[in-house]
Amino acid sequence: MAAIVTAFYYLLTAYVAVLLVWNFLKKRKWQDEVLYIIVLVPFLLRLLRLK
Amino acid sequence: MTRKIIIAAFGAALAFFAGLSFHRSRHLREPVVAGPAVSRVVKLGDYSAPIAGTTNDVNVYILEGKEPGGTVLILGGTHPEEPAGRLAAWILAENAEVARGRLFVILTANRSASTATRLGGAYPPDFTIPTAWGGQRFRMGDRWSNPLDQWPDPEVYLHYPTRQELAYVDIRNLNRAFPGRPNGTLTERTCYAITELIRREKVDIAIDFHEAELQYPVISTIVAHPKGADLAAAAAMFISSVEGFAIGVENSPKALRGLSHREIGDATDAISLLLEAPEPFLDATRGRTDRRLLLTGKDDFVVRAGKRGLLFEKIDEKGWPIDVRVGRHTSTVLQILEIWSGDNPDKAVVLAGVPRYVEVVAKGTGAYLKDPKAAAPAKITYE
Repeated sequence: MAAIVTAFYYLLTAYVAVLLVWNFLKKRKWQDEVLYIIVLVPFLLRLLRLK
Repeated sequence: MTRKIIIAAFGAALAFFAGLSFHRSRHLREPVVAGPAVSRVVKLGDYSAPIAGTTNDVNVYILEGKEPGGTVLILGGTHPEEPAGRLAAWILAENAEVARGRLFVILTANRSASTATRLGGAYPPDFTIPTAWGGQRFRMGDRWSNPLDQWPDPEVYLHYPTRQELAYVDIRNLNRAFPGRPNGTLTERTCYAITELIRREKVDIAIDFHEAELQYPVISTIVAHPKGADLAAAAAMFISSVEGFAIGVENSPKALRGLSHREIGDATDAISLLLEAPEPFLDATRGRTDRRLLLTGKDDFVVRAGKRGLLFEKIDEKGWPIDVRVGRHTSTVLQILEIWSGDNPDKAVVLAGVPRYVEVVAKGTGAYLKDPKAAAPAKITYE
């Protein structure tokens, strides 16, 4: 059961990461772009199993 | 587009350097030079297959005397963020000579917890103990198993087998998961393997090294299972009169489950004891959480909390240096074993070469850490 929940957890993390990248590409103001990139970092680190 | 590329490159660099730091911290190899009495180094997984090959399949150092006697297990690193426990166990593994009996030493009981630091705690990733040969670096660690190794946490943690309701995060706390089970979480499987070691090796006394914040009432004490109450009381009396520091005794509460001092005593024939030393680094009122605070135990905010009567242990501008905390553990173990051996000559465990409190305080912990570069390769293992 824990393995299934963990798999969904990583899928959810990847989904949010994709949304953040999508928003980064769509934004026009540089402040918003920096914000989305910074928010993306912990999601990437978790997907790569570094943190 | 150029701006987006620059910002993306900035993010990639941020992720790279942060990831590098986390990766180095998680995989930092800590050398151990096996001491003169170490006859074998086995794996915890040798006692319970479900833990074999996992991050918690840790080294078990077996120190054997020439003469038969009793058997004692030392647990360091149950909570790796309490480093005096690991360091005291390290000193035993690298220095102890055993005249009688056997000593089993685990330096990093929850290795998984030693590979992460507390989320939001701003902990340093590692710390260095100065030595005559340059210094030895250790992982900082956390109280709980790394979420990368055990996830998800439940809404409610029901302890096995009592089904007592505990804090959800404590499902990753080694000292809330004893006696464990072979088909449980990583933390429960680790506890089960340790319990199996105690049963199979017929351990007489299991001693679990810890540290505690000064705001926690169970501090500077030996927490004893009822089977070990007399032993702990006698040791505390001798320590307070001859070792140069005071230590108390607490009875292991029946109603609080999962802790080593309760569950090991209940589930096995061993006497289970848990030692607590003061660690201001863990106090909620602390200031900057850095390596200096970890090693010196000096913090103005914690001192102010003490002046306001909020602490259960004294603190002044001298703080609680790591050498004081490590020395408390080594002297307490020596006193426990001396009293045990006097009362149980057929199950005596007699050690030599282990520094007492005054020696560790005078010379420093680093004086008792061995230089891996000067040791024979066959003597070196890694934590």
